[in-house]
Amino acid sequence: MADATAHTGAPQKRRSRGLSEKGLAFWMVSPSMALIALVAAYPIIYAVWLSLHEYSVRQAGLSRWAGPLGLRNYTTALGNSEFWSAMTTTLIFTVSSVFFELLIGLAMAMAMHAAFKGQGLLRTVVLVPWAVLTVVTAIMWRTIFESPQGFVNQILGGDTVWLGSEPQALIVIIIADVWKTAPFMALLILAGLQVIPSDIYEAAKVDGATAWQRFRKITLPLLTPAILVALIFRTLDALRIFDLPYVLTKGANGTTTLSLIAQETFATNRIYGLGAAYSILTFITVMIVSFTYIWTVGGNIRGLAED
Amino acid sequence: MATEAAVAERSEPRTKTKKARKPSGGTPWWMWIAIAAIVVFCLFPFYWLVNLSLKTGADLGDSSLFPPNPTLANYESIFNNGDFTRALLNSAIISLSTTALALLVGSFCAYALARLRFRFKFGILALVLSITTFPAIAIAAPLFRLWSDIGIYNTLIGLIIPNLTFALPLAIYILVSFFKEIPKDLEEAALVDGATHFVAFRKVVVPLAAPGLATAGILTFIATWNEFLLAITLTSSPAARPVPAAIAFFTGSTQFEIPYGTITAASVTISVPLILLVLFFQKRIVAGLTAGAVKG
Repeated sequence: MADATAHTGAPQKRRSRGLSEKGLAFWMVSPSMALIALVAAYPIIYAVWLSLHEYSVRQAGLSRWAGPLGLRNYTTALGNSEFWSAMTTTLIFTVSSVFFELLIGLAMAMAMHAAFKGQGLLRTVVLVPWAVLTVVTAIMWRTIFESPQGFVNQILGGDTVWLGSEPQALIVIIIADVWKTAPFMALLILAGLQVIPSDIYEAAKVDGATAWQRFRKITLPLLTPAILVALIFRTLDALRIFDLPYVLTKGANGTTTLSLIAQETFATNRIYGLGAAYSILTFITVMIVSFTYIWTVGGNIRGLAED
Repeated sequence: MATEAAVAERSEPRTKTKKARKPSGGTPWWMWIAIAAIVVFCLFPFYWLVNLSLKTGADLGDSSLFPPNPTLANYESIFNNGDFTRALLNSAIISLSTTALALLVGSFCAYALARLRFRFKFGILALVLSITTFPAIAIAAPLFRLWSDIGIYNTLIGLIIPNLTFALPLAIYILVSFFKEIPKDLEEAALVDGATHFVAFRKVVVPLAAPGLATAGILTFIATWNEFLLAITLTSSPAARPVPAAIAFFTGSTQFEIPYGTITAASVTISVPLILLVLFFQKRIVAGLTAGAVKG
């Protein structure tokens, strides 16, 4: 703020148009860019540096180029079956949770859109899971699934130790995630539904289209952009999943995700080089999906950048 | 702009569909079932948590839907727990400072991106957007080391800085779409009257963008309050630990005999501020979440 004020406030310029548009843009954008460079770019670069070096408790204070070309941490990571199982778990989690979120979110959005009364109230209700902290969501589902108080086994009539078995533990994590984020999906889709002009439906009805045909031929195609954005937001979020498995299982029983294996390696085991390599590999995985996103719906960003 | 249309139409089609479908006779029965299903799906799990938090002792071991002997003992016990109240205070400080900083710095950037003409605009927006999708783990490892080196490991400032990494792009992204919805005429009138762009921004745009600032603020606050990975990685004692991390430690330390009563009470307590925000600002939050998402 100080910067911008100082510059536009310069007395000799005030009577004219102050700074040129480009100059003002520079001063307004640079504090944010400087902060982003400091809190995002610098740590990332440092992470890359760490991942290329050997750093362990035994050699505290020492840093050594890790193996040929500094890539030993990466070859170790990529040759490690734990890494690939974390990758598989993360992908299974992402695909299945996003799939069910889309399905439930779409159904919820359609119902909310059709509800004439109390739509505001419904939206508030739907925002509750979104607002409940992820850590709390984890604790909540633990109390629902785990004996003695959990009632799931009573309803299903078994004695499964949900969080202690594979793949049940992952299923609980997926259910918790779907509960928390399907409503978010529903709200995005609902916003998409509300911009579809209702005359199209009236015209289709007049022409004798059935409800299913109207859904298939009108709703779904017109909804695609909103669904796509929702899908991608959720996919990127799911790929970095950490809180739910950390609180529910600490990664036991086939629930170690990419973020979890990385965090455990550097924070718990203090193997910084390998931990940083895991982090960078997670980062690369997310970035690949991210760039696909920007490439696919790049028009949306362009829309914001233009007037 | 599509967003404007979206906002303008958001309230309109509802009345249209209402009129069009009324002859067919009110809400059909299956609609009530669908609505009831949504309400139960969204609220029941949280109700279950509240239910448990009101139970103590042996009652905690049964799965009754209502507490047989409801008591606030668990709440008393967590508020007498210094670590928990400290964590609440830490969370409040971290979330509020992060939000304030993100709004202050982010609003300038967002205004320039929404209104001014300059080079690299698309690049900057793409950068901002890609950081919102950034995995926190990518900066957690280096910060874990770096913060120890410079002495801010396990401090509040050590959490505010990395939270800003994600809060700032989120705030910028939401604010850009809100700034774009403000009619240009008022600003142009100010410019014609001889005001500089910056004065026009401060005197015309900021007051008009107050709802957008509130929306961005609420969303940033909620995201920061919820943040867990950095919270657990960059703290080592209750001195700086925010609530999500504190609660996870509650669980972790007693793996085999989990104190469900106090944990559920703490869980309900830390969710209350967010649920209140949702109750009061539902419209703003939905507008913020869907900002930029609905474009043809």
